[in-house]
Amino acid sequence: MSTAIAFEDVSKTFEVGGRSFQALKNVSLRVEQGDIFGIVGYSGAGKSTLLRTVNALERPTGGRVVVDGREISGLSKHDLFRARQRIGMVFQQFNLLQSRNVYKNIAYPLRLAGFTKGQALDRVEELLDFVGLADKALEYPSRLSGGQKQRVGIARALANRPDLLISDEATSALDPQTTGEVLELLKRVNREYGVTILLVTHEMEVIRSITNKVAVMQNGEVVEHGSVYDIFSNPQDATTRRFVTSVLHHLPGPETIAEIRAVHVGRLVQLHVENRQSNDPFLSRVAREHGVDINVVYGGVSELQSRLFGSLTIELLGEDAAIDSAIADLRASTPVTEFARA
Amino acid sequence: MHDFDLAALLPRLLGALGDTALMVAVSFLAAAIIGILLGLVLYATRRGNLAQNRVVSAVLNFIVNIVRPVPFIILAVSIIPLTRLIIGTSIGPLAATVPLTIVASVAIARVAESNLVAVDPGTVEAGTAMGASPARVLFTIVIPEALGPLTLGLTYIFVALIDATAVAGAIGGGGLGYLALTYGYQHFDWFTVLVVVVLLIVIVQLVQALGNTIAKKVMHQ
Repeated sequence: MSTAIAFEDVSKTFEVGGRSFQALKNVSLRVEQGDIFGIVGYSGAGKSTLLRTVNALERPTGGRVVVDGREISGLSKHDLFRARQRIGMVFQQFNLLQSRNVYKNIAYPLRLAGFTKGQALDRVEELLDFVGLADKALEYPSRLSGGQKQRVGIARALANRPDLLISDEATSALDPQTTGEVLELLKRVNREYGVTILLVTHEMEVIRSITNKVAVMQNGEVVEHGSVYDIFSNPQDATTRRFVTSVLHHLPGPETIAEIRAVHVGRLVQLHVENRQSNDPFLSRVAREHGVDINVVYGGVSELQSRLFGSLTIELLGEDAAIDSAIADLRASTPVTEFARA
Repeated sequence: MHDFDLAALLPRLLGALGDTALMVAVSFLAAAIIGILLGLVLYATRRGNLAQNRVVSAVLNFIVNIVRPVPFIILAVSIIPLTRLIIGTSIGPLAATVPLTIVASVAIARVAESNLVAVDPGTVEAGTAMGASPARVLFTIVIPEALGPLTLGLTYIFVALIDATAVAGAIGGGGLGYLALTYGYQHFDWFTVLVVVVLLIVIVQLVQALGNTIAKKVMHQ
């Protein structure tokens, strides 16, 4: 697999009214061909700025961005215009031309690339079929719903058969139902056309449902990145953990722990759960062998990238020494973390 | 006393209407061309835009800002030499088109500039991201997107021009304003004043309705 985008030590400093603000700090990431790569972070984390360096809407003040083997901000004007025609971009506010109908909006990038009106016609019809809007060709954007507008936006971005699609919060202005439909469409773009997708979002649900890799950004830095499974199943950074718990409710937050503690004054441990190779009933076996009692107080198991994972928080009751040896035994079966004692 | 005799007034009324129509039509067409071009230059030379140029921008803004606050009647009188140079006389409807064109041009320049500036920056960004050059973005995105509101702005200027011709009438331009002023107001002929005012109201209503219709068509909303 070859690299679609390489961010190499990318920094960006904005000068505003004599004061400087560092939006990106030495970001290094690689997006491989075929990835659906998600960048997640709170607003102001720098994720949109990073995305916009891919087609040189923003130019890095340090480091370089290599797209398809070429440093994008080193291109001549003319080459940059050509390169941009091969990088589709989708926007949060759709950014369709209000003065043109759906057909002409999608034909716009084709005309830029030198298609005649006749050549554009066939391609636009193909694209309208793909996004399911064949009957809307002559409508104006003001008459479309948000989801339909974004479908037009995606069709427009795909017009020149790009290898790469970048998406800036494409579903953030949509309701959950429509969000699901648009994400499904992006998945098809990746699967059927083999288009690499780099998307930015503040919604962890978007990451969970379509990406295979994720980078978490905060204050202009990538705090954690890796496969979606690894990040979700074993988040290291505090920000990442907050994002993960926003969609997966396996891990109790501090308030939940306080509530649990009101009743469960015993020792609390958290067990990691994932696909297992055996059906050894380790929980009841350990309880029996060490003479301890167990309460399940919190937890959940989800499916992600076709694998199971989650966690259970349990309360162990019994002699301290017995619990110590029980925990040691549990560790033989799965990762265990003990909470601070009450 | 004067008679309420429309038939007697009619020939004079039609003549005045013709003069007004001539003044408005000539100055509006000339000002639309000059004003839209000026507006484009004002827009393009703004900081961060495609032909960013501080000197041109500052000079143009200065000129526009000088012309706009001068009362029309003062402007018309003070440029009489220029009017004589262009038209050959400073009297009559054709002569009046010179100051009218000047004030309308700067007004249209501002209207055009603000409509261009108001175009959703998102569409400009989309065009840039698709690989359009700045000039292409201006001509295929910014201008078409600004056309709807620009139509409304031009309608407003058109109506203001009808109004301004009345003032031009007072200094020898002729037209409906002149008729109402000299034959009506100064001779206490309120019937003439009334007829002219009603006629002006009807014209303005028609022009505004036409402008709204065109804008609606252009904006597709």
